[in-house]
Amino acid sequence: MLEFISRMLGRESASSKTVAKERLRLVLVHDRASISPAMLNKLREDLVKVISNYMEIDEAALEFNLCQDDREVALVANIPVVKMKRDYATKGLAE
Amino acid sequence: MGEVIVVTSGKGGVGKTTTSANIGTGLASNGHKVVLVDTDIGLRNLDVVLGLENRIVYDLVDVTSGNCRLKQALIKDKRFPNLFLLPAAQTKDKTAVNPEQMKTLADELKAEFDYAIIDCPAGIEQGFRNAIAGADRAVVVCTPEVSAVRDADRIIGLLEAAELRNPKLIINRLRPDMVKRGDMMDISDILDILAIELIGVVPEDESIVVSTNRGEPAVMDMGSKAGEAYRRITKRIEGEDIPLMNLDVPVGIMDRLKRLIGLR
Repeated sequence: MLEFISRMLGRESASSKTVAKERLRLVLVHDRASISPAMLNKLREDLVKVISNYMEIDEAALEFNLCQDDREVALVANIPVVKMKRDYATKGLAE
Repeated sequence: MGEVIVVTSGKGGVGKTTTSANIGTGLASNGHKVVLVDTDIGLRNLDVVLGLENRIVYDLVDVTSGNCRLKQALIKDKRFPNLFLLPAAQTKDKTAVNPEQMKTLADELKAEFDYAIIDCPAGIEQGFRNAIAGADRAVVVCTPEVSAVRDADRIIGLLEAAELRNPKLIINRLRPDMVKRGDMMDISDILDILAIELIGVVPEDESIVVSTNRGEPAVMDMGSKAGEAYRRITKRIEGEDIPLMNLDVPVGIMDRLKRLIGLR
């Protein structure tokens, strides 16, 4: 009944097509990522390379995953920092 | 030198066989020499959709395994003398043919025909790999449902991995009335997700059931909306630039009333 009233007032709850599209968007992020673990590996390597310009990290303890709950897909990386690179700090100041 | 076009989808029941039959018949009615190849070994259906089920003697597996010559297995259509069917075997399974044999067959067909339309089985296993092996182009059929779009996305990924670039999309069984209500994904929603080029939109149409009952593809029925959509798709495959057909539904009296009193 409530739904009917809100419909009459034009305040529809999200239309089912919006729900469909949103669910698809999420499931495809995961599907597409799982098609190529190679891509995920490449991304991990690239990420390590970039971060290593700024800080020294513990590569062995690095965690890198695509996580999904029912609302969103997230790339979760846990990167233990061993120490900051001093030369970056000085370079950063010089600029 | 002809062209081999594979019609695929991933998910079953979205209209691959109907689409293949209509595109093939449409191309033949425009004067091209066409062969339709059913690669759904064990579950053949293109023969019944075309109304040619009583004429089968040899099949695809007989040709690839050398039991007969290609010419012996080809069935001439009742309506168009330039349309042929190469039926699937019904008593064997997908492993009875391999991708290498399909490539050889595709080359043979290209020498003989303007277009070879390959009807792909559902799934992503050997049947799929056989169907795409000798193809130059791919057409992906998808209905406006979450499951069909998801599978289409997977298929597009596999086609690109197999170096079949730029597959074209057919959105099948669209219901404009449901789209209008916001209860079905629209053309733009699906294109947004799949990010490939559209080659046609076929509305849901009872005439498809009737034409399949009769074994006469809807593309020949001038009164059929789906048939009109397939005629346009056929022309686009030939390279013509044809606009999408108008799928607007007439606005109902209740809608008009609501709009009048500001409820919509």
